[in-house]
Amino acid sequence: MTNPAMIDVEASETLAVRQESDVIQLTSYIRQQVVLMGMSTLNQTKLSTASSELARNMLIHGGGGTVQVEQISMKSKKGIRLIFTDNGPGIADIEQAMQSGYSTGSGMGLGLPGARQLADEFQLTSAVEEGTTVTILKWAND
Amino acid sequence: MSKSIIGTLSQKKNQILTLWMRNQLSDGGLRDDLMNNEDLRQQSAELLDCLFDTVTDDTLTAPDAPSLAPLIDQLTHVSMSRARQGFTPRETGTYIFSLKDALLEIFRHERKEDSEQLLGEILLISKFIDSLGIVTFETFIQGREEVIMRQTDEMTEISTPVVQIWDGILAMPLIGTLDSSRALVVMENLLQEIVRTGSGIAILDISGVPTVDSMVAQHLIKTVNATRLMGAECIISGIRPEIAQTIVHLGIDLSQVVTKSTLASALKHAFASMRIEVSKANSRSF
Amino acid sequence: MDRIPILKMGQYLLVTIQVDLYDRLALDLESDLISHITQTNARGVLIDISAVSIVDSFMGRILSNIAGMARILDAATVVVGMQPAVAITLVELGLSLTGVHTALNVERGIELLRTKTGGTIEPSDYDEPSDD
Repeated sequence: MTNPAMIDVEASETLAVRQESDVIQLTSYIRQQVVLMGMSTLNQTKLSTASSELARNMLIHGGGGTVQVEQISMKSKKGIRLIFTDNGPGIADIEQAMQSGYSTGSGMGLGLPGARQLADEFQLTSAVEEGTTVTILKWAND
Repeated sequence: MSKSIIGTLSQKKNQILTLWMRNQLSDGGLRDDLMNNEDLRQQSAELLDCLFDTVTDDTLTAPDAPSLAPLIDQLTHVSMSRARQGFTPRETGTYIFSLKDALLEIFRHERKEDSEQLLGEILLISKFIDSLGIVTFETFIQGREEVIMRQTDEMTEISTPVVQIWDGILAMPLIGTLDSSRALVVMENLLQEIVRTGSGIAILDISGVPTVDSMVAQHLIKTVNATRLMGAECIISGIRPEIAQTIVHLGIDLSQVVTKSTLASALKHAFASMRIEVSKANSRSF
Repeated sequence: MDRIPILKMGQYLLVTIQVDLYDRLALDLESDLISHITQTNARGVLIDISAVSIVDSFMGRILSNIAGMARILDAATVVVGMQPAVAITLVELGLSLTGVHTALNVERGIELLRTKTGGTIEPSDYDEPSDD
């Protein structure tokens, strides 16, 4: 994990995810941002798919939440950092939740491990009864 | 009240330059074959001017202060041009460090009365010059890294060619070690060419890949799966006996992948699945 | 409310997905397709996703579901035109579209459907593909 102190935040926008249609709005907003950054099509697709997974997770398990979309830079690198925050029930066993195929909901259990696989950096913090925060990062020119 | 460090030093600029030049010229490692003394004096004088123009007592303790940018730029420029002229990093480092001796010598005269203050200030100057020395090393390393990056890019580009060997059949001969980033380039290039040419079969030939460990195998399986998702078939060919052995010993499951020992047999398989028959002209009558 | 149009081409159904599907739309497509298969006695379903830029696990599950349900109704499902970036992302995600056949484009997809459904005794609007 890159030391957060070395990362500069250039711009930041917070979007709410309350219903299904917000997921599409979120991914198309993220896509707009990364196209301007010159991110490759593959990385664009990986990032939007990861954010779709996480936003959907947040809807199903956390009752919705917010996504902070940050344009970041570190030296010559540019990228996007997404912070998904919900105030849901939290995750009791993070290790289990990160296992591929584990699911408590209607999904395929690929959400969290899949998003980790698709992002350059992934961080999950959760407290039972308080909520869950997932941070992912993708560099544009990597 | 004592005078500021930089204030004291800047009054003695000429003396410092003389001392610095003397130190450099007396050094056994002087490369007068690469740069004559006149140029050396010129370069040293410019660097000193820049140093006294930018550094203040406050920034002495903060070498990354924004106001020092012109000095760092100048220093980077000097290290780069020296690197191009053939100076080693050690020689450029010594060049900067020999300035320290000159500065300290001046200071010893100026602060004769107060040894306590002298010690503190010497440490300060010493640290500052050290950080300048580090900048020259960083410049060297950065230059090298740029060269390496460029070569890596070039190598990745030339080492992943996709050729259409038949209407609807692509081949990609892989040569050299496959790491994660290269494997991704391989996968992307192959899939893009499949779309562009509308080819239903792709042959990934790994005769030129020296080792197949479980990571490389994972990448190959991913490529095969991605090709399948797009609606094409991917055959892996060029599996040498020792590679087959390692694959089995590592317990890698390639049962879902069509594998062939040679590119020729992969092509034969491709012909068969496309129902293409190739034969000598005289053996068939039309 | 918008719906994804389903076209009938002989004994096959053709669906072109032009937008990123939100959940309701995707679920509607699933049920629409299945009832169309029953109504029209379709032998195959062809889903063109060349304009789709995101296939996440939800969307993947919908595609697998459609294929599974269609198979029970004796119809084959072919997904065509998946973009390279989408394919790589699906593989990284660990998602294999089980039960779904794939083809490069619509034309190839129709060919594949013909071979998949060719060997049956059902009457058909199409010429059976010849085997040479």
